[in-house]
Amino acid sequence: MSDIAIKVENLSKAYQLGQIGTGTISRDLERWYARIRGKEDPFLRIGESNDQNTKSASDIVWSLKDINFEIEQGDAVGIIGRNGAGKSTLLKILSKVTAPTTGKISGKGRIASLLEVGTGFHPELSGRENIFLNGAILGMRKKEIQRKLDEIVDFAGIERYLDTPVKRYSSGMYVRLAFAVAAHLESEILIVDEVLAVGDAEFQKKCLGKMGEVSKGQGRTVLFVSHNMGAVKQLCNSGIVLKNGLVSYKSDNISEVINKYLTTDDRELSNSLNIDGKKYKNQYFIPLMINTKKTSYSLKEEVEISILGEVLEPNSSLQIGFSLYDADGNNLLWSFHTDTITQNSFPKGKIKLTTSITPYLLNEGKYYISLGVAIFNQFWIIDPDNNNDRIYFEINGGFDFSNFWTEKRPGILAKKFNWKLEK
Amino acid sequence: MDSPNIYGKEEQKWTIDAKSSLLNLKLNEVWAYRDLLVLLVRRDFVSFYKQTILGPLWFFIQPLFTTIIFTFIFGNLAGISTDGLPKPLFYMAGITAWNYFADCLTKTSSVFRDNAGIFGKVYFPRLIMPLSIVVSNLVRFGVQMLLFLILMAYYYFTGASFNISWAISLFPVIVLLMALLGLGAGMIISAMTTKYRDLAFLIGFGVQLLMYATTVIYPLSEAIKKYPTYAWIIKYNPMTPIIETFRYGFLGEGSFSWFSLAYAMIVTLILLIVGTIIFNKVERNFVDTV
Repeated sequence: MSDIAIKVENLSKAYQLGQIGTGTISRDLERWYARIRGKEDPFLRIGESNDQNTKSASDIVWSLKDINFEIEQGDAVGIIGRNGAGKSTLLKILSKVTAPTTGKISGKGRIASLLEVGTGFHPELSGRENIFLNGAILGMRKKEIQRKLDEIVDFAGIERYLDTPVKRYSSGMYVRLAFAVAAHLESEILIVDEVLAVGDAEFQKKCLGKMGEVSKGQGRTVLFVSHNMGAVKQLCNSGIVLKNGLVSYKSDNISEVINKYLTTDDRELSNSLNIDGKKYKNQYFIPLMINTKKTSYSLKEEVEISILGEVLEPNSSLQIGFSLYDADGNNLLWSFHTDTITQNSFPKGKIKLTTSITPYLLNEGKYYISLGVAIFNQFWIIDPDNNNDRIYFEINGGFDFSNFWTEKRPGILAKKFNWKLEK
Repeated sequence: MDSPNIYGKEEQKWTIDAKSSLLNLKLNEVWAYRDLLVLLVRRDFVSFYKQTILGPLWFFIQPLFTTIIFTFIFGNLAGISTDGLPKPLFYMAGITAWNYFADCLTKTSSVFRDNAGIFGKVYFPRLIMPLSIVVSNLVRFGVQMLLFLILMAYYYFTGASFNISWAISLFPVIVLLMALLGLGAGMIISAMTTKYRDLAFLIGFGVQLLMYATTVIYPLSEAIKKYPTYAWIIKYNPMTPIIETFRYGFLGEGSFSWFSLAYAMIVTLILLIVGTIIFNKVERNFVDTV
């Protein structure tokens, strides 16, 4: 089984930043002229990595730069990295949706890629018709779908609705059906982008189970991209960390890969993060900085958090706070300044808010907090689930208040409760 | 579910490369996805009349009304000759054939934009999409041909003067030519509109203008008589010989010549080859620029 399923060699992909379309004819002519003289493409010359924060002279960006790796048959590989690290680009190239700029990938076996669930679903058509259409788009022959129809319907649990147009489906049913079609595709390689973010917890579990069955039970190769480290850990046996378009770490031990990813990213190590607040376009509040005093705390220390920002327009519904996550990306809690500060609205100008996570609350482990700012009941200015302005910290030092158990106990929390003897 | 030994099958090897050969049209892949073609055509047909009362009748309404309007305006008001044929019959012949070509052209030319969502998420041979457009429109064309035949039957029994000529046997060739011409020109435009949107605006009224440069509302003989110096524009429009042959075949009037039909075939072939090559080239990266 140690055959190579996918071999990626010197793979690069360049994207053009800014407007496409204006002034491109002259540019296209220039490139074409350079090419026929056998010279290098003048717009692809500058070889720099893709750091989204630094401005550069060139408006060409390398989303992937000289990537090399091999994947063995039957491996379940987790591809992890921050947003913009090149994960999706890699999957797009692997699924042949877009072509690489340089380099090549070779492999064997049919690829089924699931970059999105329900691609090509037509709202007017019935569930049954859509199963056939979607299956065919994914590359199945009609008789193959026919053979698996019962299984697909059963997995999706939509038997009663099979002949109803999918526009009448609940969003959950829609996703279930779409995933079911893709999961039953007979392919040697399965590529899954973060599509499991949709659907309820039970269904997510079912999908993960199905994918696990695919990789472990049937020896198919699975490539899985997710920000949910728990899912990656559960499903994959090896992993690749991408950073700014480069492979920064790669190992056959998935726990090691996840650990490395959560600890070695230089930005994630720092306890202070300057935020480019302008990207959150709104008239009320611009975040400037979020920090903790340290990156590593013991169980008995409080984690002090401060948020710096500028109020542009006083608003009594403004809520500033954060969302706390564990290393697997599970949301543990939300906290907002309005929980304890009762002042009606902040005046215009810079403000600094501080709070702290109480000691003896979080168990040993790695955590991150993500900024969350909202106009209450109306909209997010910064959605904590959907931004990269995070800081990471870790808690260590064991369960020191017990004489019986000084090591880390299982569980996310390490709260001490009061015990009383009543009889 | 699956047999555990899926590797027992012969495995396809593949490579994804930065450069591709221009002439590799991947037709074997298109063949492998033929079921998708059928399902897409079915989808287009079924979703067209879902939740309508008249259903497939809508296919009739557009050519019928256009014929009526043309008969009044061009036939009666402007008094343009129809080669002695009954006016509605003359116009409907032109409209039916022209509509098929025009639909193929306009739909194909926006194929990348219309399907950017699907194309950006899943791979299948992109050529399937324009092919499905041409075939879907063929269904529609078939329905409209039925209407034309009904009209022909009506005029036949009321004793109007027209006669079917031997050229009717060229009908399959003409349909194929219209389909491929629309497909070829459409693919060229579609490939260019992914980057330069300007063409998308042009195509809307361009097709309309082109209709007036084709012998849809007048016979070629009339154009040559009235504008002998400019008639070459109409003559060298590849759609003109196609429509003329169509009329000659079904109604017995029209300027048919083997030479002009061969000319239309050559133009079609060139456009088709160029179109397929450009389409295949653009297909690889269009997701980044669309």
